[in-house]
Amino acid sequence: MTSNIRYKSRIPVKTEDSTEEKQYVGFATLPNQVHRKSVKKGFDFTLMVAGESGMGKSTLVNSLFLTDLYKDRKLLNAEERINQTVEIIKHTVDIEEKGVKLKLTIVDTPGFGDAVNNNQCWKPITDYIDQQFEQYFRDESGLNRKNIQDNRVHCCLYFIPPFGHGLRPVDVEFMKALHEKVNIIPLIAKADCLTPNEIKKLKDRIREEIDKFGIKVYQFPECDSDEDEEFKQLDKELKECTPFAVIGSNTVVEARGQRVRGRLYPWGIVEVENQSHCDFVKLRNMLIRSHMHDLKDVTCDVHYENYRAQCIQEMTSKLAQDNRMESPIPILPLSTPDVDTEKLIKMKDEELKRMQEMLTKMQQQMHDKDQ
Amino acid sequence: GGHSSGGVSTWGGGVASDIIVPVGALAATVVHHNSINHSAHTPPAVANLFSGAIKSITQPVSMNTQKPIPEKAENGVDLHTEVEEKEKGMEEGEIMKELEVQTQLDSELCPSVPGLQMSCIRGTDLFGYIGIEAVLDQMRCKTMKAGFEFNIMVVGQSGLGKSTLVNTLFKSKVSRKSCAPDYEEKISKTVKLHSVSHLIEEKGVKMKLTVIDTPGFGDQINNDNCWEPIVKYVNEQYEKYLREELHINRKRRIPDTRVHCCIYFIPATGHRLRPIDVEFMKRLGKIVSIVPVIAKADTLTIEERQEFKERIRQDLAANGIHVYPQREYDEDPEERILNNRIRENIPFAVVGTDKEHQVNGNKVLGRKTKWGIIEVENVAHCEFANLRDLLIRSHLQDLKDVTHNIHYETYRVRRLNESNLNFSELGLSAVPLENGTADKCESDSHL
Repeated sequence: MTSNIRYKSRIPVKTEDSTEEKQYVGFATLPNQVHRKSVKKGFDFTLMVAGESGMGKSTLVNSLFLTDLYKDRKLLNAEERINQTVEIIKHTVDIEEKGVKLKLTIVDTPGFGDAVNNNQCWKPITDYIDQQFEQYFRDESGLNRKNIQDNRVHCCLYFIPPFGHGLRPVDVEFMKALHEKVNIIPLIAKADCLTPNEIKKLKDRIREEIDKFGIKVYQFPECDSDEDEEFKQLDKELKECTPFAVIGSNTVVEARGQRVRGRLYPWGIVEVENQSHCDFVKLRNMLIRSHMHDLKDVTCDVHYENYRAQCIQEMTSKLAQDNRMESPIPILPLSTPDVDTEKLIKMKDEELKRMQEMLTKMQQQMHDKDQ
Repeated sequence: GGHSSGGVSTWGGGVASDIIVPVGALAATVVHHNSINHSAHTPPAVANLFSGAIKSITQPVSMNTQKPIPEKAENGVDLHTEVEEKEKGMEEGEIMKELEVQTQLDSELCPSVPGLQMSCIRGTDLFGYIGIEAVLDQMRCKTMKAGFEFNIMVVGQSGLGKSTLVNTLFKSKVSRKSCAPDYEEKISKTVKLHSVSHLIEEKGVKMKLTVIDTPGFGDQINNDNCWEPIVKYVNEQYEKYLREELHINRKRRIPDTRVHCCIYFIPATGHRLRPIDVEFMKRLGKIVSIVPVIAKADTLTIEERQEFKERIRQDLAANGIHVYPQREYDEDPEERILNNRIRENIPFAVVGTDKEHQVNGNKVLGRKTKWGIIEVENVAHCEFANLRDLLIRSHLQDLKDVTHNIHYETYRVRRLNESNLNFSELGLSAVPLENGTADKCESDSHL
């Protein structure tokens, strides 16, 4: 169901044979047309980061998108933390590269997993994701669909601490609560405290436990059979490397005569973009360069559709119970819908009701007449 | 050789009579005389020893070398496995101690025996060498034979390197992980305490080391009160000791299972203390000596490490948490200076490993990564060596002393003041219990 739109231009083969030319229709240029339109329109992408404090989430986001989104952040002290609850904070930034615009939204979840009692600490997060779905559902079913804002979360990066021996209970519960609502990509955070052997062991352990607990993390789509071997090989390597062990950095250091993003230790320099040091490059390529669109597609086609189907089912069963007339416009308890649209919807709703009443009246009259 | 001199005053009273050794006997046991700079080792050190010995009388801990189970040496002088280090340390502290000790002696002796006239003769006033200091060597021999007991508890979430650190500290496989044949790295549902004991020997000194592990701490989703089993365990050990102490027929050497030191592992997040850290250390800091460490510190750069430590110290101060070495238990200015230096540096950022690698032709303990080798014992890389020196080489005896003299005494006073305590329950004849001090005199008379 998901198609990898890769902008390989297909140049029509020019042959001497004129029959070939006659048979050439020309819609092979469609991908290019889509490409041009998209570039004009720009893309949007919503990325959520979740994990305990101090896992390097902010640093990784800064490294991925080469920005500094967290300049004015203030760290709470231990006392303040005791009463902290899980919050949802959004940062939006517009990035442009080679004429292509990306509206990037990062959804941060400070406070997750930090308390002594973390029961249901993922609830604010699941509620947020559901809210975005609801809002989209409403907008989609509404009357003015021109400028729908897509705030649905396309991807959730979950940071697993490198200190443990695998998944902890809170990791399992979080992922199980979210795996049918959003694309989860688990990451091993702060991987510079692990030796290569330890990383391998930890990755194997985590993959095992993900299978064991039936957690549905984001799966990379299978390669098309007509892809070249190199691509297939890369894809295979990518899949075997999950979960990615990442390191992020806000600083630039001098290593091997070059200035690179890295971390300077007394015993050596960790280069974030060095593939033998960590999987940062793989993550970035996957997230941005090859699978961003797929992530959005899966969100739309799978997670959102699941939500929508569930929602409609609930509504119809509820309405059937209440014995009310079915309204074509979904009436959902939402946060703050637009006041004007609300009025408009109300008006139309009333109009429809009146029409229904008139119809039943007429039907009744006809029935009486017959009798 | 030593002379018998008339300069020694007789310290009358039942209290001091146990300590005085006939001078003749002393002369015969003078050893290592020439190797010791005795002008620096005269009365101050010895008097300190005596004051320590006097303290031991009011506390019912006997020193007996016959039992095979080693008993900790109850004295005011640190005994180390390395003799030279100790002597060096003693020389430094001499001048300061001299003044303190005089007042100490006066206050120690006088209340027990009211109306006693006492004069103190300083070593510089003696016109010969007595050889009292030889008692130090006697004590050293005794304790070498008897050995030490040391109980260390490790607390922290699963995977923070507790077992590895303990193994690295004692250079042997002493952790529960290394000992249990069927050990599985699973997260347990409740906090259970496991203790493993080993007898370690180095240069003739034996130590019975017990490592108490706390698997399951902080690993669950809901960690409310996960510190309670640990508090319970610590208090149970004090209770055990107290009951032994209060028996009419006491064992000559009471087995000491009290927790002398609790190493608390803080994950290297780089931010601040977490609520669970604060809650744990608040409660346990009152009953046991806590040494916090930053675990797996090889994920922090030097700068991040300093900032993290500073914030942790702020959080500790803000929450009224006193970690070891506690400021209020510094015995003299000399110790204060030393401990201040330590306090400015805690928590230590540690990295542990049991693997060795070649670095510049030497075999070092380290962790090998693609970007370099982290040398565990290199102070430029991490603070493992500082932790080891604190725990083992300089403050081991002090940890035990603080546990015995302060934490245990606090527990004891609290328990004995609890009105419901009936001595007959403990198998003793009824003794009127008026107040804390009255009780002390009773136990004195038992001697």
